Amino acid sequence: MEDTGSVIAFWLFAAMTVGAAVGVAASRNLIHAVGMLIISFAGLAGLYVTLSADFIAVAQVLIYIGAIAVLILFAIVLTPEAGRHNQEGFMRFPAVALAGITAAAMIYAALDTEWVLSDRPGFEGTATVIGDALLDKYALPFEIASVLLLVAVLGAIVLVRPEGAEEGE
Amino acid sequence: MFLLKGEWYDFRDLTNPIRSLLDDLGLPGDADYVIWSLLGGAGILLWLILSVLAFIWIERRVVALMQNRKGPNRVGPAGLLQPVADALKLLLKEAITPRATDKYVFWLGPVLIFIPTVVVFAVIPFGERMALADLNVGVLFLIAIAGINTPAVFMAGWASNNKYALLGAMRVIAMLISYEVVQVLALLGPVILVGSMRMQDVVGWQDEFNTPLLLLQPLCFAAYLIAGAVEINRSPMDISEAESELAAGYHTEYGGIKFGFFYQAEYLAGFAVAATAVTVFLGGWTLWGLEDYIPGWIIFLSKLYITFFVYIWSRGTLPRLRIDQLMAFAWKFMLPLMVLNVLAVGAEIMVWHETEASRNVALPAIGAVNAALALVLVVGWGRFLGHGTGSQKGHRATLTREVGKIYYTGAEASS
Amino acid sequence: MDSVDLEHYLIVGSLLFAIGMYMALAKRNFIGVLIGIELMFNAVNLTFISFSRFAESDAPLAGHVFVIFVITVAAAEAAVALALAVLLYRVRETVDVDRIDLLKW
Repeated sequence: MEDTGSVIAFWLFAAMTVGAAVGVAASRNLIHAVGMLIISFAGLAGLYVTLSADFIAVAQVLIYIGAIAVLILFAIVLTPEAGRHNQEGFMRFPAVALAGITAAAMIYAALDTEWVLSDRPGFEGTATVIGDALLDKYALPFEIASVLLLVAVLGAIVLVRPEGAEEGE
Repeated sequence: MFLLKGEWYDFRDLTNPIRSLLDDLGLPGDADYVIWSLLGGAGILLWLILSVLAFIWIERRVVALMQNRKGPNRVGPAGLLQPVADALKLLLKEAITPRATDKYVFWLGPVLIFIPTVVVFAVIPFGERMALADLNVGVLFLIAIAGINTPAVFMAGWASNNKYALLGAMRVIAMLISYEVVQVLALLGPVILVGSMRMQDVVGWQDEFNTPLLLLQPLCFAAYLIAGAVEINRSPMDISEAESELAAGYHTEYGGIKFGFFYQAEYLAGFAVAATAVTVFLGGWTLWGLEDYIPGWIIFLSKLYITFFVYIWSRGTLPRLRIDQLMAFAWKFMLPLMVLNVLAVGAEIMVWHETEASRNVALPAIGAVNAALALVLVVGWGRFLGHGTGSQKGHRATLTREVGKIYYTGAEASS
Repeated sequence: MDSVDLEHYLIVGSLLFAIGMYMALAKRNFIGVLIGIELMFNAVNLTFISFSRFAESDAPLAGHVFVIFVITVAAAEAAVALALAVLLYRVRETVDVDRIDLLKW
């Protein structure tokens, strides 16, 4: 992609995403970390838009910011550890080393490989094609994903039911 | 089909003056696009602020009329300067930040609630070429941006460092996520019929087939209005800011212009929900061919204000719902109905394509089937859940001869 | 800096993955670990979408479908993991992963 708009948009959103991710790791307060996580999700949605993945961008905002971030906030409220710290344990330096090695290996692989690229200008409208694929070619994973969600919802309810609650309806 | 002549004075399309101005300047493509978008956004913001000012007065007078009293009538001629007085009051009040709060998140709360309600207006088509960003996933964009309200409300309630604010925030979020599901499914019905999520396509479909989607999907329209009212915390579902109950809920600690942001966000969100309902269900800026003579944006604004009037009407008339009534309504009543409606719409579309019926036969048939289905489902499912059979009328208590005991006549005590 | 290619997006994805991995390994709070895992999911999504956009393929939108499934599984996993966090707090009175070491005496 060579037009200035896309380039500026990419650098803006990439800086927002990576900067917010560093902020998530570096925040002392867990609520601030979740706030930076929301900014990171929004930056990712912007990156998806620059990749002309419009449906996935909107799904990212809807699911990650609208639901998963709220879920994390609820869990933080329900686990009132004193101070709600976000500090690291004793594995700090091995973790930094391992993360650094992983990042270096992946970046080297990304830069060194000869990718087989195509000259497609960008998708026009992805929602129709994704919908067709989900109901036609990938119908079985679609159904399994819905069963997975059902199992997750039931599991979460069963796990946090109060002790000795009477049988509901 | 549309008689837009495209001259700069042709105000049937408000983009004409801006377009001719920018063409005279002759900027390169990207700068032209940026300035065009900024001017469009500024225009939308200006209209929104003027509408909020007007509707503060309109709402208070109309609700007062419904409640058999006069509204504000002192500040200007017939109280017309009341919004100005309100705005000045909020601007001049001291915006206190309590000491033990999280300063950044506290300051960010009103901003985070204001932004989604304004961004929603980017995809709404005000006229034939007057949608600021005509996305391919416009309908889903509306729901996603409305979903940003949820963590914003939580942050606002959390940062107040106030147990009642946090409790109010958690109740609001429970309401919001329940009715987000109902909202998505309610907007899914029309999208299945139209076959596209682009807002201009939805309006174009309604124009081409000459039927507002209200007639084909009455249940979805009602569900969307109700879910929208809950999403914007508007009466009769304003349990979050019930002044008599939770001491103003999640915006307890906000004063001055911070509260002003919450206050106008309620009106802006009401406009957003009404604009979506008008575009998707009521035909948007088209009115059976009248949009060739009357500007499309005037038709759109009239429909928008009439729909918002329905919200004002419900505020003045209906009592407030309890939080458990709201949640039971969403999960036990609305969600099964919406799922059944999606199933029905899918079946109807399939039958229509299989039988290759002409539109004059298929559309009335679909409308009749949907209306009958709506009636049957609402009444039948309500009966099944135990409402509406009259068994919940209060029983009159009678004293017996034994002291200290009260026996109810008839059946057992109503719950 | 005049064009944006596949490598740029892959580098962003790698950085996000590394930061998520660091959080998942090093944070003391259980919810911090979960936030790191969510960042890793997002990095994977970004990589899939960028390959779907740039790489030569017969079914270019298969990447998007995969990302939808990843988002679904991430949501389900977040729900169950956070329920476990709440239950853990209820049982052990702490969510500090360094102190939940009941299996070693």
